Amino acid sequence: MTEKNVQFKVFRYKQGDTAPHYDTFTVTVNERTTVLDALEAIRRDQDGTLTFRHSCHHASCGTCGMRVNGKEVLACVTNVMELGTPEVVVEPLQNAPIISDLVVDMGGFYETFSQAHLPLIRESEYLPESDVAEGVPFHMRLESCLECGLCLSACPVVGTDPEYLGPATLAAVWRVVQEPRGEDPEALLAWVDSEQGCWRCHAAMECTEVCPSNVDPGGAIMALRGELTRRKIGHLLGQG
Amino acid sequence: MLDTTRFNTRRRQRRPGAWLHLKGRHVGAWAFALNRLAGLGLVLYLILHLFVLSLLAKGPRAWDDFVALAKSPLILPLDVILLAGILYHGLNGVRIALIGVGIGVRQHKTMFWTLMVIVAVLLAVGTWGFITV
Repeated sequence: MTEKNVQFKVFRYKQGDTAPHYDTFTVTVNERTTVLDALEAIRRDQDGTLTFRHSCHHASCGTCGMRVNGKEVLACVTNVMELGTPEVVVEPLQNAPIISDLVVDMGGFYETFSQAHLPLIRESEYLPESDVAEGVPFHMRLESCLECGLCLSACPVVGTDPEYLGPATLAAVWRVVQEPRGEDPEALLAWVDSEQGCWRCHAAMECTEVCPSNVDPGGAIMALRGELTRRKIGHLLGQG
Repeated sequence: MLDTTRFNTRRRQRRPGAWLHLKGRHVGAWAFALNRLAGLGLVLYLILHLFVLSLLAKGPRAWDDFVALAKSPLILPLDVILLAGILYHGLNGVRIALIGVGIGVRQHKTMFWTLMVIVAVLLAVGTWGFITV
């Protein structure tokens, strides 16, 4: 197996720092090394204070979303050698407050996202004997969306307007409209039919470009607009 | 030196220039940024245009002086830039309007490049017109 040394320029910031900076680490990688593997090696062997989120290591949990060489990716499935650069720049997601190093506060995103009430769990998928866990308001299954936040980081509108509902939430709303499963799509459509809702999008489609799960948030936002436009025209023609 | 200002180190930070961070971005983001720049340019032109029209109120001499300046070869590149802005903003605006109601969303890149070819052809024709007419 071929090995080589790669330099990792890693974004660093701790609460109380006056400004962020970058630290450079050299890591020996092979054909199978992912960016997440390299970060774990750095923390294990070089700097135990480096913080980052991760869990599943196979693009399922969405927690290791970050920017690698300026692009939003899941670090666990980003192969270092395939990047083809002698230096790999690793940064946190944009458009979310930084907690520490590569860890950003996803609280604001989860707060908005959960309002879409994406109830994508079939009745047959409930275990009748199971109760909803304490502190969890209802059963949720998030279908394709990993809640990784890559779309929020890539979206130029989220960057300029923190009040914008954002691509992931709007995509979740569109799924509910498509398949309500007991939810009220009318209320959700009224929610997103607003300045900070689907009309705030400028169709840059970066969300769809970076989505690791083919949710196509940009397409969902345009579908919401199409649906609302049809309804408004229908209303004007007296059909609503 | 890497730019660290685009990361939020405090909550709910608004970054007015975020839409201009185009490194690593794809054609949609570039199209959006260019559309916004063209729009801002056209607003500036409109203000300039109104100012120029106000010269009419200052009498024939002021207007004739401006027309002589406008015909100068130095102004030609500005006319071409103005036409490019109008064509780009207008035709890209049609693309945005179409995909904005769900038409051709998956083909938005193809639509963009097709329209850019049309922009280039019309710009070449317009430039030829500026030179020869």
